[in-house]
Order: sequence, then structure tokens, then C-alpha cells
Amino acid sequence: MNERVAIIGVGVMAARPSSEHLSFKEMMFEAAQKAYADAGIDAHEVESFVTCAEDLTEGISIFDEYTPDQLGAVQKPMHTLTQDGLYGIADAVMQLRSGLVGLVVVEAHSKHSNLENPNSILNYALDPVYNRPLDFNPHVIAGLEMNGFLHATGITQAQCAQVVAKNRTHALKNIAAAYPMNLRAEDVQSSPYLCYPLRDAEMAKSADGCVVVVLAGASRAQPSKSRPVWIRGVGFTNDSPTLESRDWIDAQYIRAAAAMAYGQAGIKDPVAEIDLFEVDDAYAYKELQHLVALGIYPQAVAAGRAVENGESGAAGKMPVNVSGGSLGIGHTLEASGLYRLAEIVCQLRGEAGPRQLPRAKVGLAQSWRGVPTTSGAVVILGR
Amino acid sequence: MTHRTIKPAPNIVQGTPLDAKALKRGKIFLNSYAPALRYTWDTGEAMGRYLAELKNGRLIARSCRKCERVMIPPRMFCERCFRPTDDWVYVKATGTVNTFSLCYVSWDVRRLKQPEIPAVIEIDGASPGMGILHLVRKVAPKDVRIGMRVAAVWKPPAQRTGSITDIAYWMPINRRSQRTVSAK
Repeated sequence: MNERVAIIGVGVMAARPSSEHLSFKEMMFEAAQKAYADAGIDAHEVESFVTCAEDLTEGISIFDEYTPDQLGAVQKPMHTLTQDGLYGIADAVMQLRSGLVGLVVVEAHSKHSNLENPNSILNYALDPVYNRPLDFNPHVIAGLEMNGFLHATGITQAQCAQVVAKNRTHALKNIAAAYPMNLRAEDVQSSPYLCYPLRDAEMAKSADGCVVVVLAGASRAQPSKSRPVWIRGVGFTNDSPTLESRDWIDAQYIRAAAAMAYGQAGIKDPVAEIDLFEVDDAYAYKELQHLVALGIYPQAVAAGRAVENGESGAAGKMPVNVSGGSLGIGHTLEASGLYRLAEIVCQLRGEAGPRQLPRAKVGLAQSWRGVPTTSGAVVILGR
Repeated sequence: MTHRTIKPAPNIVQGTPLDAKALKRGKIFLNSYAPALRYTWDTGEAMGRYLAELKNGRLIARSCRKCERVMIPPRMFCERCFRPTDDWVYVKATGTVNTFSLCYVSWDVRRLKQPEIPAVIEIDGASPGMGILHLVRKVAPKDVRIGMRVAAVWKPPAQRTGSITDIAYWMPINRRSQRTVSAK
């Protein structure tokens, strides 16, 4: 019981705008093979499987039924969470710490390119009585929130544009990224408004991809063989999501999730104790809002200044989204959180190649389920 | 500290009877929504080849050299051995009924006088237990048997689209000839 838990293997498919050469099963099989090879395990050793997927985006009900074959999960415990991949990590950690199993696999993927009318599916997430009859583009919710957030914090539109420039430039060094671009904030600011004050270029473009993660209890995670990266804390929460009365300024769901994770990890001062952050940036302002909720800045306005003066860049003192984030890699539906996590694992192992940070001992990955949700997760990893 | 006693709810709940008139007159507030959901699925390697071959009027399977199974519909991975499958193998468009049902209600809940006969057909040339779920026709419902030999009846080439429905249906094989039949 209460064994420490480590990530011992990660399989990442390069995110791409489309992936017609592979069915979703073939994509999962390839990522699983990478992950099992990385962990040095045989699929038959895995005792339990978690996949993270949303039936409405898969176009298949009871999606759990379509996952065992390609992961090696036939006749094994397996279930699907309708949540971001980091919730799957939390699920696996609980299974491992219960002592029931010693080796768990978590999978999430995106076949976003297959969706013919993604906005209709997003609209389906709105309250059917109070919100849907108004017939607005669901991304408006991000516009509403960004406006409230900028107004209350003094963070500027130019600073949000700088987040896009930073992350897409970071993605230039990541072969798994679908949208690398040498951009300047001015380029972003000349993009048309999607829903004021949010510009087109500030919304992460969608991509297809898949990530598989292998987790093990301490007794299975032999440091010499599996280069374990330890899970030091996990938190996940939902805020009250009602659009009529939610908090339009602060990401309370991340504040609460971070408190859970910091508590488990014994982290008192995240700025001093965490070397790198991979946070949700589905819309550029979200990176800043999430960093504020993670307690990184005593004053919210400092989050804007940090991106402006390069502090949160790869060469800065507190690098954020060195991988390129969702803006650079592409937004990969439920797999988004696992792409954040995979980067932390890669950096902590010292395997990040051209984007390797000199100091990477403790990292934090954070996810958000996207509009219209107020749900998010935080995972803290250490060597 | 004392616990308050809660008076139990009466067993009989007085409801409000509703009829179509009440709904029409707007006496009840209802909210409806018609979703606009449209999907495509990348067929990838295995499904893509399978569908392309259906359009050609052929059935193709994949084999695993480790467990020596020939699998249809084909897949790029063996779920038993958890390894990639190895070879493409053409199999016959004939087979044996593994199990069937007589369905007297259509998918949109109409009572059918003549039942539909969905069946799992184990394909000749594929491993035991490997089959296609399809429809059997041209046989009286009382005559269908598990173990019955059947053959695919293909749609004419011009009508095939690369779909499981490129096979129009399956019908019992004349014992003297096991050739695949073509729909007129």
C-alpha cells in the first residue's frame, strides 16, 4: 500500500493536422508499442488500462469497447474516462497506490481532423435551456473570460499575443509539433478577432495525435532500467461551471487542484521548487490565467510582464511550455494533458535534445478540459 | 444533540395528467434540440485495404506468423500476441454460419412479417472463429441452421462503393457448386 508511483515509459505520436494513413486503432497501437518499448516491458505484463476519450468526439458510444485490442488489454481491467489525459494519470496513481496492481497504462488520442462540424459538438456542451438557444459560437466563452481576466488583472492583449509567439517559436525545436512558426507578437496582433478580445491566432489549432504512458509502483520501477520519473503530487477539481455565475477572472479549478498536488508533493514555494511548467494554453490568455492560479505570481499582472520580458521563455528563469504547448504542438483533445506530461518526462530524463533545459529536476504539467468547462488537473513530477 | 425526525413523504404522489392537447396548447414548457453531428473515420491501413478489396469483389485478411491466425476483418496488430500482423491473405467469399438470429423487428421498430437474418459467417480460408457479421437471404427462416454453408452475393461492380454493403447479402450454397454468386 501507498507505494510511490513512477512513470517508466512514454510513447508519443507526432501531432499532425491530419492522420488519414492510420485508423485511431492503428495510431493507438503505434503509440503503445513506443511506450512499452520505452518502458522495457511486454504488453502482457500490464495489469490495468485507462483510456481518456469523449464519445461525442469519437462518434462512437461506449468508446471503452473499442480500445482493448490495440493496447494489449484483451481480458484485462480497462475503462475509459470522459476527461483529459491527466485525469487518467490520477486514476492510475490511485490504482497503483491501492496496491491492487503494479503496472498501469494510460492512453489518450485525438482524431480531431475527422470531425466535420466540431463547433456543433462543442455547442452540445452548452446548457440546452439557458445557453444553446442563443446560438452563439461556443468559443465566445473564451472571449468573455479573456475580457474579464484582462480587465481585472491589467494584463494586456499584446502580452497574450506574446504567449502565442513564444510557444510557437518553442515548437520550432519539437519534431512532434504540428504548428511550429517563427512568430512575433506583432504578427499575432494583426490576426483578426475571433471573439473580442480573443484573436484567431490566439486559439490553438487542432491536431491529431496519441500519447501512451506506462506507470509503475516503486517495486517495479527499477532506476537502472526504466529511468523512472516520480509522481510527487496529483490534483484535479471542478469549479461551478454555470456561465451565468462562474468566476470569469480566476481559474479556481486550478487553484484548488494545485493546492492538492502541492500538498502531496510538500511544495511550499512553487517558483523556487519547480524548474519548468507545461500548462494549458488552448487560448493564449489561458496560459497566463493558469500560471496565476498555480500561484506563480504574487500579482497577476506579473504573469503578463514575465512573458514580455522573456522570463517564461526557454532561456528564462522559469520556462513555460518549452514543448510549444497546445499553440505550437496543436490542441489534441483529451491527449492535450498527456503531451504536457510527456514533455516534463522528456526534460526530467534529459532527453529533450535541442530544447533540453539545463536545470530540470522538478516539473509541473497542468490541463484544462476546454470551453465551456471549469475542470482541470495538475501533476507534479520529480527525478 | 437531538436528531430531528423527518416526516416521511406520503406513499401516493398526486401527479398531473398530461395529454397531447395540453402540450399543443403550450401548457407545459418543453425544450428540444436537434443535434447536428457528422462524423468521418480515417480507415487507415487495414480497414482501407479491406474496403478497397470489397470494391474489387474480394475478401482480404491479415495473418499473424506467431499465432498463425488468419484474421478477417484484417487488422495491423494481433490482439492476442500484441505484435504487428505480417501478411495480406486473400480468403474466399464463402463460409459457414457460426450463429444467426431471426429478427422480427426492424431497426426503426417496425414489426416484420419476414424476419431479417443477421448472421456471423466464418470465412473459408480464415482461422476458426474469424467471421463477418452480415445478412443471410434467399432462405426460408425455418431452414437456417448453424453450420450452414453460405456464399457472398456481390452488388454489381458499378454499384460498389468500398463498403461492407458491397456484399448485398449471403445465400446458401448449392452443394454441387461452391462458386461465388453475383447479384443481378
